[in-house]
Amino acid sequence: MHVVIIGNGIAGVTAARHIRKLSDARITLISAETDSFFSRTALMYIYMGHLTFDQTKPYEESFWGKNRIDRVRGYVQQVLPEQKSLELADGRTMGYDTLILATGSRPNKFGWPGQDLDGVQGLYSYQDLELLERYAPDNKTCHRAVIVGGGLIGIELAEMLRSREIPVTFLVRESSFWNGVLPKGESEMINEHIREHHIDLRLGTNLKEILADASGRARAVVTDTGETIDCNLVGLTAGVSPNIGFLKGSGIELDKGVLVSRYLETNIRDVYAIGDCAQQREPIGRRRPVEAVWYTGRMMGETVAQTICGNRREYAPGHWFNSAKFLDIEYQTYGWVFPERSRGEEEQHFHWRHPKDLVCLTLAYNGSSGLFLGLNTFGMRMRHEVLDRWLREGRSATHVVAHLREALFDPELYRHPVAQIQAAYQLQNQPVS
Amino acid sequence: MTTPQSMSLAGGPPKSLNTAQRLWLFTGFAGLFILLLATFGIAFPNSGLWLSSSLFAILVSVIGFSHASYGTHPEGIKNNGVWFKSVSGRGIWAWGLGILLTGFYVVLYFYPEYLGLVSGGDNQGLIAFFDPLSRALSGNPASQWFVYGALYTLAILAFGIKFIWKYRHNRYQILRTLSVMFFQLAFAFLIPEIMARLNGDLPYYDLKNIWPLNYYNFERYRINAFISSGNLGLAMLLFGIASTLVITPILTYFFGKRWYCSWVCGCGGLAETAGDPFRHLSDKSTFAWKVERWVIHSVLVFVVLMTTAVIYSYLGPDNSKYWLSRGQLLFGVGALLTLVFAWVMVFKRQELRKDAKVGAIAYFVVIMGLILLHTTSDGQQLFLFKSETLRKTYSFLIGSVFSGVIGTGFYPIFGSRVWCRFGCPMAAILGLQQRLFSRFRITTNGGQCISCGNCSAYCEMGIDVRAYAQKGQNVVRASCVGCGICSAVCPRGVLRLENGPLKDRINPREILLGNDVDLMDFLGKSPR
Ligand SMILES: Cc1cc2nc3c(=O)[nH]c(=O)nc-3n(C[C@H](O)[C@H](O)[C@H](O)COP(=O)(O)OP(=O)(O)OC[C@H]3O[C@@H](n4cnc5c(N)ncnc54)[C@H](O)[C@@H]3O)c2cc1C
Ligand code: SF4
Ligand code: SF4
Repeated sequence: MHVVIIGNGIAGVTAARHIRKLSDARITLISAETDSFFSRTALMYIYMGHLTFDQTKPYEESFWGKNRIDRVRGYVQQVLPEQKSLELADGRTMGYDTLILATGSRPNKFGWPGQDLDGVQGLYSYQDLELLERYAPDNKTCHRAVIVGGGLIGIELAEMLRSREIPVTFLVRESSFWNGVLPKGESEMINEHIREHHIDLRLGTNLKEILADASGRARAVVTDTGETIDCNLVGLTAGVSPNIGFLKGSGIELDKGVLVSRYLETNIRDVYAIGDCAQQREPIGRRRPVEAVWYTGRMMGETVAQTICGNRREYAPGHWFNSAKFLDIEYQTYGWVFPERSRGEEEQHFHWRHPKDLVCLTLAYNGSSGLFLGLNTFGMRMRHEVLDRWLREGRSATHVVAHLREALFDPELYRHPVAQIQAAYQLQNQPVS
Repeated sequence: MTTPQSMSLAGGPPKSLNTAQRLWLFTGFAGLFILLLATFGIAFPNSGLWLSSSLFAILVSVIGFSHASYGTHPEGIKNNGVWFKSVSGRGIWAWGLGILLTGFYVVLYFYPEYLGLVSGGDNQGLIAFFDPLSRALSGNPASQWFVYGALYTLAILAFGIKFIWKYRHNRYQILRTLSVMFFQLAFAFLIPEIMARLNGDLPYYDLKNIWPLNYYNFERYRINAFISSGNLGLAMLLFGIASTLVITPILTYFFGKRWYCSWVCGCGGLAETAGDPFRHLSDKSTFAWKVERWVIHSVLVFVVLMTTAVIYSYLGPDNSKYWLSRGQLLFGVGALLTLVFAWVMVFKRQELRKDAKVGAIAYFVVIMGLILLHTTSDGQQLFLFKSETLRKTYSFLIGSVFSGVIGTGFYPIFGSRVWCRFGCPMAAILGLQQRLFSRFRITTNGGQCISCGNCSAYCEMGIDVRAYAQKGQNVVRASCVGCGICSAVCPRGVLRLENGPLKDRINPREILLGNDVDLMDFLGKSPR
């Protein structure tokens, strides 16, 4: 059996690793981006000088040979499912028995005038990083950067540019940072922290147009408030969408992403899709049909390997979890905590913020039954195993607060505000039991 | 050895030093310059005052520099530009500094006369410059070791403050650094000097220095001095033995080797403080790991044989003088090793697999050495070498060249813990204990790892922490000194150093937490 995987990101590589564990199949991993798998999530640390590019590679070079995973560098132009073959941009063709699409995402562009000028870019690939080194190597070349789109990648880009002391203006469409995901109290704390890092945060502001200089390079942006901001770099970080353009006309059914069943199968036999590029036909719990995060890519890789190696399995992820870092503040989430605008009737919140430090948490629970639904923490590390267990066991919010100490994961010798949190909870709630 | 400066991603970081930093750096160089002048024989009137101002200038400069670097930013991880700066990115300044430090160690160990040491006469130069301080403490004139000790302590104190400033959001780091600073100042520097003042017959003894780190502890002249200094001397001798055989294993069982390597030890102390800017330079390859295991365990075997041979050489055929005869010594050492080895083979073979082979070889070599010692010699020879030659070789190769010249001199090239990782026999013993019989581990937080690589990069011991974290597996490694930096730099809160039950301490997994619970069960590794 020859398994060909397009995309050497976390999804494709995890699938390859597990297929190797379970079988003797020939495995080929194709990517247009880099020869070796590197951690996309660590792109920022290369630019900031924390890591070298080599250090972002999770496996040593010898790993690929030892595990008999062939790597091919090239761009797949066309998939021909009838012939079970692929066509690469350089003219090579390649046959397969099983094909896994793990092609990831690409940055969104919403048709802004000037969005394709030089000095306008997203932050997704290694090539984007090279562009950034070209257009914003330091604050002499780049006097100001404007970032458009207040999500996780936007704030990372802001932090990166600030590490080289480049002034940053950050245009965020929403009235408060990432409040499509974060409840109000948390989002507001992050607003404060962004400003503390001398980032010029403009809430409720949209990009209207990007202006060019004579050589076709971005020189300024115009916002919907009518302001013109001079800059040398425009970062477009208004989300990502599945990278599936090359699949049009192949007969593989597409919507926003590659449509897959719960078994991660596409409409065509022996073709699977995993990671950022996959879109679930049937919703899984309250998860979105396309989930562009690291962990789900990995889990889909783990699952699809089972199916391909003869142990057909549904993709059935456990309770939602995620994490991120906003400049200096770590964020973790377990279960579901929805912001005001998408919260259901029943979901109630207990929010606590440290009187001095940038530490807070939000606990979501069912207002009538008291069932624990989820927890967001900022500046506080939580133990995945314990929270996952509480969610599986259907514990009450009161139980979670009472046993919060068991779930702490901060380094030893830290002082924890658990008692204050518990007291505040008591005050807000009559204990439900 | 690739440096990013030679990569296409050249990087154009902000100017590496701001004005305040330059100013403080200048202050520090002024302090060092005074020491340099003294080295070249410039005689200062009122040298005590000059010495104090020089040391003070150095201390203040480091503190001021830290403030200029970290004080003006919000608390958090401060690794911006680490790979771009010449001094921490193996650039020209790094090589310059490396050569300078190496040169200093060569002079210190092998040519102390250039520092002003005069055998049988009054000191000159730098050593004489330190006389006032030495006299104030012990009443004796300074030696090259006193000068070294004073500068060493100053470095740990000054850079310790810098480190605390850098990690001021992390209480584990603050407390651990205060501990290291205290042990260096009190135990390594002040107490031995003061003890020398109180009781001149006692051998110089840094109580936190434990065999085999102080490989010379059981030499004849020291044993004689201990025995002849009454009860206090005897107590110190017993403490020395108990440190190795009783105290160390117990503490390591409860806390891992970090209680020593990251909270007490002076070598570790310097690496953690002055060496902190270089921790990311350690080699993370599996090849380096292999070399590490062979080298460090060879040093351990060497030190065990050498110490036994040295003691053997002055013991008599009967136990009248040292309560121990030659035969009893060899038998005792052999029996102890056999016991430990048998215990490991019976209870820990499953966990060890490959390592067990190395252990068996090491055990075999030591036992053969002991037998040879017994059969071939009149007590003066081991194999064909005199035990004294053996000791000298060890002290030259391991005690000086490895721990000083390479270990510290090459901080800016190979990273800060080269000695601790490849050379220290104490670390080897503690490491074996930690790997086999300890509650310590670094717990991985379920499925939260994003494989970014910060943990591996900033592990000074060259452990590929990520390799464990991305598999959801706990880190249980002999070499981990428990510095906690991997946990500190992890942007996703994945790592926690902790002590816990031995059950499930080593937990290989197929599927990480967060995926299908049934699948995890199916593969036999259900979450607890
Ligand atoms: C800056 C940044 C930070 C992030 N941080 C986090 C985080 O902290 N936590 C988190 O959960 N997620 C994070 N993400 C999202 C996460 O990185 C992605 O969800 C994840 O990498 C997707 O993995 P994947 O394997 O599906 O695809 P990718 O990693 O995108 O890999 C797809 C690969 O396929 C290649 N490819 C695509 N089409 C073709 C073709 N036709 N021919 C050949 N090769 C092709 C692409 O070049 C690419 O190399 C971050 C993303 C970015 C950009
Ligand atoms: S453990 Fe943390 S620092 Fe290490 S690779 Fe994972 S996310 Fe990065
Ligand atoms: S694994 Fe972590 S705690 Fe252990 S030595 Fe490395 S960085 Fe320090």
